[in-house]
Amino acid sequence: MKISLGPLMYCWPKSDVYAFYEKVADSNIPLVYLGETVCTRRRQVKWSDYLALAKLLQASGKQVVLSTMALIENSSELPELRKQVANGEFMVEANDMAAVAIAQELNQPFVCGPSINNYNRATLDKMATWGMQRFVMPVDLSGEWLRQVLTPSPSYEAEVIGYGHLPLAHSARCFTARLKGLTKDGCDIACAQYPRGILAQTQEHQPLLRLNGIQTQSASCCDLRQQLAQMETMGVSWFRVSPYSQDCISVANALIAGETAPLTADACNGYWFNEAGMRRVV
Amino acid sequence: MELLCPAGNLASLKAALNAGADAVYVGLKDDTNARSFAGLNFTPQKLQEAAHLVNSCKRKFYLTINTFPQPGQEKRWYQAIDLAAESGAHGLIVADISLLDYAHQHYPELPLHLSVQASATNLAALSFYQQQFNIQRAVLPRVLSIKQVKDLAKTSPVDLEVFAFGSLCIMAEGRCQLSSYVTGESPNSGGSCSPARHVRWQEQGNSRLTRLNDVLIDCSGINEQMGYPVVCKGRYLTEDTEAPQFLLESPTSLSTLDLIPELAAAGVVSLKIEGRQRSPAYVEQVTKVWRAALDKYLAAPERYQAQENWQAALAKVSEGQTTTLGAYERSWQ
Repeated sequence: MKISLGPLMYCWPKSDVYAFYEKVADSNIPLVYLGETVCTRRRQVKWSDYLALAKLLQASGKQVVLSTMALIENSSELPELRKQVANGEFMVEANDMAAVAIAQELNQPFVCGPSINNYNRATLDKMATWGMQRFVMPVDLSGEWLRQVLTPSPSYEAEVIGYGHLPLAHSARCFTARLKGLTKDGCDIACAQYPRGILAQTQEHQPLLRLNGIQTQSASCCDLRQQLAQMETMGVSWFRVSPYSQDCISVANALIAGETAPLTADACNGYWFNEAGMRRVV
Repeated sequence: MELLCPAGNLASLKAALNAGADAVYVGLKDDTNARSFAGLNFTPQKLQEAAHLVNSCKRKFYLTINTFPQPGQEKRWYQAIDLAAESGAHGLIVADISLLDYAHQHYPELPLHLSVQASATNLAALSFYQQQFNIQRAVLPRVLSIKQVKDLAKTSPVDLEVFAFGSLCIMAEGRCQLSSYVTGESPNSGGSCSPARHVRWQEQGNSRLTRLNDVLIDCSGINEQMGYPVVCKGRYLTEDTEAPQFLLESPTSLSTLDLIPELAAAGVVSLKIEGRQRSPAYVEQVTKVWRAALDKYLAAPERYQAQENWQAALAKVSEGQTTTLGAYERSWQ
């Protein structure tokens, strides 16, 4: 089982993003995804910056995939997406069908990210005819689903988000701006103040969600480190650590070193067991 | 512009047709559609009856097969498509790629409508589905502003259908896991958002606690008007605020009566009323208002204005008794 690092889904200051990826470059992580996937208004770190970081990471021996936007609502975003898919150097992660469409048209291989609805083998096989090399399992699916989909083993790779906050939904509305009393168009990039999103708890103080701009995430950190061996047997190629802080690099490094870790007290893993995603199954 | 109304059963179907629907959409009595509630939907026999009723008054019906089959269960979805073709449905509303492929290959004459659950929000996605599966129409997710709808309509290679009235999904449909995160079931897989069997209300003094699979999603006054409990319309706390707030959205329904002229000018072909899970009385009430509004518009487009009594009638059957333009209005976003 190999360990990958998913794209940073939060809006961090540019210096923090660079510091993060410099540390990633020094890590043992063999596959890194990077790029803005949540909001086009976040312009601190531009596509050209991500390309430069991708080159830095590639120079330190890593495979790099450039992740693209999860929700594309404006026609004006399509030329930019096309430019990204056609970058000529790095494979992209498609997170909207627009990216799948463009990759197929340009005959470019791609990875299907977790927000593409791949719910069965026939759909995945169809994606493969369009150029899909690997898919990230949608977050709501289970270990049993994966076992069935990978039997017999397909021509493409499977990746599972095994550690990190799960992206659960995307909206037209920016929840961060709304909470700050700002409009989406005048948001002042309010999400930059929340490097791990805004924690939303129930009125009984049970952590429930994390609001990250237009994206809603799980409040809990999903932790499938206990299932790593099982995934390996099933034929999963990549275990993705979805980063929320620099500590996640250490989590990835520890996994690569073969270290085991107990299920943390506030983690969730329900989806893997075909239960409510927020459940912690022991 | 077509007025497309929900029919959860034959009674609702009749109510919709009598009140002036141009077309209705229905689902089968299983988990092949995203309104899989007990007591709702059509057996193959009832579907035949529905087809007969619709055809006899020269309207249309579309069959909704908009959930995503999981491994080992595909056959049930393929059979649903076969049944749709046999029933003479005027369209098939589909989200899953493997099902679009199946329908396109086996029934090339059966018009395919891309379900909102496919979450196609832009020209590249729509064109792709059209090229690959020859879809005729797409239902747009409720995440686009009216300007974005207009822009898309200018260049779209397929007909566009939009949501005109009903429950307001605030997330890109088909890609929302809030329900499954809390309950284990979602429209995509289990066939409904926030399934009723997970909902529990508890009265505590002057408060009513609303729980979804034991998770407290709201605490309201006993007499407060509440909508159907869903995760995105609950009241929660943040680290910065002491009072619970509707952090995502408050209970409200979508209503676009004011947008009829703009939607018509944009060339949108169909206005969809949400609510296959609602009662025949609801379907009748809402269809009547929308029929009146569309007729008024068609009679004199330049003089159209939404009437207050229409708005009031719709507010009565709306969540929280209020309506919103939702994402169509940029300031909502």
